[in-house]
Amino acid sequence: MEELTFEQAMQKLEAIANELEKDDLDLDTSVKKFEEGMKLSQKCNQILQEAEKKITVLVNDEEQDFTLQKED
Amino acid sequence: MEIKPITVCELNKYIKNKVDSDEFLNNVYVKGEISNFKLHYTGHMYFTLKDESAIIKCIMFKGYTPNLTFMPKDGMKVLVLGTVSVFERDGVYQIYCKAMKQDGMGSLYEEYQKLKAKLEKEGLFDVSHKKKIPMFPGKIGVLTSSTGAVIRDIINVSTRRNPNVHILLLPVPVQGEGAAEKIAQGIRKMNEENLADVLIIGRGGGSLEDLWPFNEEIVAREIYNSKLPIISAVGHETDFTIADFVADLRAPTPSAAAELAVPNIEDVKYDIYMYQNRYKVALKRKVELMKLRYEKCMTRRVFKEPLQKINERAITLDMLVKSIKNSTINKLNEAKANANKAISKLDALSPLKTLLRGYSIVEKDGKVVKKVEDVNINDELKIRVSNGNINTKVVEKVN
Repeated sequence: MEELTFEQAMQKLEAIANELEKDDLDLDTSVKKFEEGMKLSQKCNQILQEAEKKITVLVNDEEQDFTLQKED
Repeated sequence: MEIKPITVCELNKYIKNKVDSDEFLNNVYVKGEISNFKLHYTGHMYFTLKDESAIIKCIMFKGYTPNLTFMPKDGMKVLVLGTVSVFERDGVYQIYCKAMKQDGMGSLYEEYQKLKAKLEKEGLFDVSHKKKIPMFPGKIGVLTSSTGAVIRDIINVSTRRNPNVHILLLPVPVQGEGAAEKIAQGIRKMNEENLADVLIIGRGGGSLEDLWPFNEEIVAREIYNSKLPIISAVGHETDFTIADFVADLRAPTPSAAAELAVPNIEDVKYDIYMYQNRYKVALKRKVELMKLRYEKCMTRRVFKEPLQKINERAITLDMLVKSIKNSTINKLNEAKANANKAISKLDALSPLKTLLRGYSIVEKDGKVVKKVEDVNINDELKIRVSNGNINTKVVEKVN
């Protein structure tokens, strides 16, 4: 799952939902799709959780932390 | 002899005549920047023209204003054609303008139009070339000055929408000499070193001159060739710079640019939550469907009385066995009857029967003798009678 970008993961979630809602899946595939969807959605939530705020500025090829100067 | 003083009025009149009689001053062509421009209710225009070190009062009478092609505004650089004269009452000399056109600004604007047309013809503005802004960019690259409202707005809006956003600022000058080159380099650097997933380039409002770097061709080309999608947020709501036309998306303000680049985390979480719901509902429905089918099956008789089918089979089996038995017996009797018939028939025809009745069979060398000619004198014959044989010899033949 790692190689999926976040955007691809979200598109996959949509695809799985559509498949599950079409009635032509047998029970076993439905269960498998369900688990796949749930696992993927937890993965997405996890990515959102793990992202951490970084405001940086490029100073001679180096990313340093950037803070807004105080308003005068 | 005492010098007689002249009055102020006489002095001013003298100066006015001096000025009015000067050839050059009758027709001056002056370059300068407009300031404290006032359009008087009478329709006359009062303003001063200045450069870095001096100013001069100007007036354009209502009669001349119709052939102006633009509305003069403070800060505008203009070229003025008029006559210098003196307003005696105030002892002030001023230019009585007869014509005015934009200076530089005008040519800058023309240059903008020319470049825009050229790039448009080349297809740099084509919508088909515009890249989609990724819905969930990992990193936002921002090219603007490190001071000022633009970066502040972008950071505020982005962090509000996604507290864990990652913004990389690449400071660039947004005005003046060399700015365009720096901006172009910045875009190229972001691309070459793949420093972000989407770029925002922008600056605050300003005159056409202030925004000029964003109208330069090298910036336009760099934007066009950028493989990273670019959102431009330059200048005012309405007037577009060339960068805005070439960019993949134009945002009216830096904050709007941040909103377009950074998805709102709560929305994303909500979407994910909705998907999970859809999965649960769909699976539940599927299971119920299956249960229904299962129950329907169970009600079928074949499950209710599983033996019923077997009994049926047993019955048919018995019947079959019975019919087999009967048919074999019949066949047997039939065969017996036939056999007896054949035997009795055989008996009837059997030569033994005739022998019993006194007949005999004469044979010569195993062949039955039927006619006199069949034998010769002295032949040995065998006569078969009912209970044995009699061997004889032929003595006489009588036809």
